[in-house]
Amino acid sequence: MPELFHQPVAALADQLAAKKLSAVELMQAVIARTEAVESRVKAFNSFDAADALARARASDERRAAGQSRGPLDGIPVGLKDVISVAGQPLTASSKMLANFVSPYDATVTRKLKEAGAVCWGRLNLDEFAMGSSTENSAFKTTSNPWDLARVPGGSSGGSAAALAAGEACATLGSDTGGSIRQPAAFCNVVGMKPSYGLVSRYGLIAYASSLDQIGPFGRTVEDAAIVLGAIAGHDPLDSTSFKTEIPDYRAELSKRRGPWKLGVPKEYFGAGLDPEVGAAVQAAIDYYRKLGCEIKEVSLPHTQYAIATYYIIATAECSSNLARFDGIRYGHRSAKANDAIDIYFHSRAEGFGAEVKRRIILGTYVLSSGYYDAYYLRAQKVRTLIRQDFLNAYREVDAILTPTSPVPAFKIGEKSDPLAMYLLDIYTIGVNLAGLPGASIPCGFTRGGLPIGLQIIGRPFQEADLLAIAHAYEQGHAWHTQHPKL
Amino acid sequence: MKYEAVIGLEVHIQLKTRSKMFTRVATGFGQPENTLTDPVVLALPGVLPVMNKEALDKIVKAGLLLGCTIAPVCKWDRKNYFYPDSPKNYQISQYDQPICLGGTVEIELPGPSRNVMGEHKLIPLTRIHLEEDVGKLNHFARESLVDYNRAGTPLMEIVSDPAMHSAEEAFAYLTSLRQTMVYGGISDCDMEKGQLRCDANISIRPVGATYLGTKVELKNLNSISFVRDGIAHEIARQIAVVEAGGTLVQETRDYDGQTGASQSLRSKEMAHDYRYFPDPDLMPVKVDEEWKARLLAECPERPFDKQRRFFTQYQVPYTITSVLVPDRALSDFFEAAAQLAPGKAQAVGNWIVNDLLRELGNARLPLAESKVTPAHLAALVQLIEAGTVLTNAAKEIFVEMFASGEKPDVIADRKGLKAAPTDTGELEQWCRDSIAGNAKAVAEFKAGKDSAINALKGPVMKAAKGKANPKLVDETLRRVLAAL
Repeated sequence: MPELFHQPVAALADQLAAKKLSAVELMQAVIARTEAVESRVKAFNSFDAADALARARASDERRAAGQSRGPLDGIPVGLKDVISVAGQPLTASSKMLANFVSPYDATVTRKLKEAGAVCWGRLNLDEFAMGSSTENSAFKTTSNPWDLARVPGGSSGGSAAALAAGEACATLGSDTGGSIRQPAAFCNVVGMKPSYGLVSRYGLIAYASSLDQIGPFGRTVEDAAIVLGAIAGHDPLDSTSFKTEIPDYRAELSKRRGPWKLGVPKEYFGAGLDPEVGAAVQAAIDYYRKLGCEIKEVSLPHTQYAIATYYIIATAECSSNLARFDGIRYGHRSAKANDAIDIYFHSRAEGFGAEVKRRIILGTYVLSSGYYDAYYLRAQKVRTLIRQDFLNAYREVDAILTPTSPVPAFKIGEKSDPLAMYLLDIYTIGVNLAGLPGASIPCGFTRGGLPIGLQIIGRPFQEADLLAIAHAYEQGHAWHTQHPKL
Repeated sequence: MKYEAVIGLEVHIQLKTRSKMFTRVATGFGQPENTLTDPVVLALPGVLPVMNKEALDKIVKAGLLLGCTIAPVCKWDRKNYFYPDSPKNYQISQYDQPICLGGTVEIELPGPSRNVMGEHKLIPLTRIHLEEDVGKLNHFARESLVDYNRAGTPLMEIVSDPAMHSAEEAFAYLTSLRQTMVYGGISDCDMEKGQLRCDANISIRPVGATYLGTKVELKNLNSISFVRDGIAHEIARQIAVVEAGGTLVQETRDYDGQTGASQSLRSKEMAHDYRYFPDPDLMPVKVDEEWKARLLAECPERPFDKQRRFFTQYQVPYTITSVLVPDRALSDFFEAAAQLAPGKAQAVGNWIVNDLLRELGNARLPLAESKVTPAHLAALVQLIEAGTVLTNAAKEIFVEMFASGEKPDVIADRKGLKAAPTDTGELEQWCRDSIAGNAKAVAEFKAGKDSAINALKGPVMKAAKGKANPKLVDETLRRVLAAL
């Protein structure tokens, strides 16, 4: 039996239900683990142990009174520091919000609390979720628990690293272009981006509103299903949230057994794909074939335009979304400022990091009068074509298999060219543009011991199928049971 | 050379909704600073807008009242600019697909005299769109403070074509627009509370020319008479500049209603690039035919339509309709009373315009608090018609009725104000006495001068101490005269 802090939620929930374990004991174990490894992993911007223990105690009281709220009751779930928790800091890993405490709960936070989960810690990220390594955090660079000299991926690097390191039992991240799936791949955990609209964005600091989705990280597909079930569903506070029945994802895992028709897009296996990553993904594809699945080559012909399209739409939206950080009502205000214009210029110059500024400037440019049609409008049209590519493929297949990232975790400081970093999102970004669900699950390690992720892309709002397909693979493999040595 | 002005108005009207445009917090005026706020109003990190459907209902109704084409889909855009009164530093608005297109505002220009109806015209509208209001900056010696109570209040912008040619037309346009919006329950349009605000685009050109001259935008016209005065001032200023050989520049000017002067705020070179794009946080909302039909059914009759109907249905003159119609409640009061007193609509109208409004004014009460109901008024008019009370007595009854809310016949009985008894014997004797005492009038009457009978009534009334039923007096005199 692994240590408590490495056990899946499903197993912990059983022990809690059987009263073999208390929520306080579990919380204490996670706190102790965090205190032991955090100085090396640096996954947290902050955590509130006293608050977490009080909530764990409340969970134990509920359970003792026969009022347990289900499998998440008493489970410490870490939240990316862009998801609002009432009374806790909300920094987006930016100097701009270094001292900001949010007065309200995000909808996902409220739902987690209603499920009895203990919202645990504020997890590091690339500033305002812009980046693929957490190196853009204004506070710290999180280390990959599998190799502390390497990045955990990003932007939800803290969420992936904390889970891999045993500092939380499940976590939430947000994914705008791969920010859940890529760090999940880098850290050997399951990460899932739901269909756009499945999970409320209310209380998520917006980076690119039409692409952002909150999603779960879990040790297993089952854990991801449990957490997704808790946070999914229509929210009247988010006009873009979708009215749809939420199935019992966990129960569906074993009910949906395939065999499925699975597509392999030829455009995702070209130049730039690390051979070890390619081989591991190929082995996963072969495994599905062995399970009786039909494997078909499919084409997503507009893939080559995905990164350009993404960096127009995402930056345009971010230039507007981040305008509210102006030093007037909250957040960093420059001491140099003398009037309103000064407050804007100095506060934003001091408060935002280089990557955030780069994207604001790009986005401001593409929306400018005279450029809108050439950039933003055209990008929206290409976006439609990219979505159509996927929908065409889904006429023939139930899901699509690809590598999550072309490369395994790279060294901290290795990618100094922003464009080189952008190109790493090549396999994940199309999924956001198309609004589809996508998951990354562990599918092997490099010879150097770095995790590799398999990406499974599903049909819109068919998360239950997607998770069942992922679960089928996981049942035949033990990658997810391996933990980094810290 | 003779010049003609070309004027277009941009009018902002706050919609009368309980909550704000994109969140549940209440709208209001005069509350302590920053109390009508929530995370959405303050644009805290992570919040999202949710459209207030009541606001969409109201603007669609406004569009229907003004004969606009309603867009099949309500689409939202972001207008990006930095200003401390704008919490998100973008305003959610409608750019390329306003909810209402076209339509007209019917206006009435001043007539040759106050009692005579003036010319009516239709001023075409360009568009109406929905957006959110901004907060308010309060400037002090060393700092400026922001109050976000107003921020996020539903606001519609009504843009007219450049189709008005005088300050009077602009004044009439605003007056009519305001009346229509108040009628529709769309806004209270109280300019002192900032519920209606107006900017004017003004240019001049030689009479007969068809091109548009260099336009000046006049801001801060914060009362309807300032709109008239400000525009008149600007037209005169532009003509003076041109006649002195100067050139007009495209600019925005600030009009000060107190001093009657304007000064330049900024020129065209400082125009913003608002970087409009569709708001990804809000889904387009379909406005289907069923929805429109329901709202159309809720729309009241428009003021000028009502005025025309009052002319034909009740035969009441302009002097009365021009007082009744601008106030929806007053015209409803009239119509209720007029229907209870068939054939006496003009008398009802006169009572309202002369007596009811006077009493309300003296008591400083709104119509809603009047103790006189349409039923009271109709009853009083019918008492007069039946000859049960005389006009002077009725005036007294009305004042009493206004004070106490009692029914008019109760008051008349209690105060002994009913016209005299039906004792015909006494009345006939008085008539005979009067006839006997005024041979001249009798002769004239017999010679065919009908009005001569009036001279015979005075002594009868005097004998009856003013309480005789005039109708009965008239009948009795004629009967006795006929029998002579």
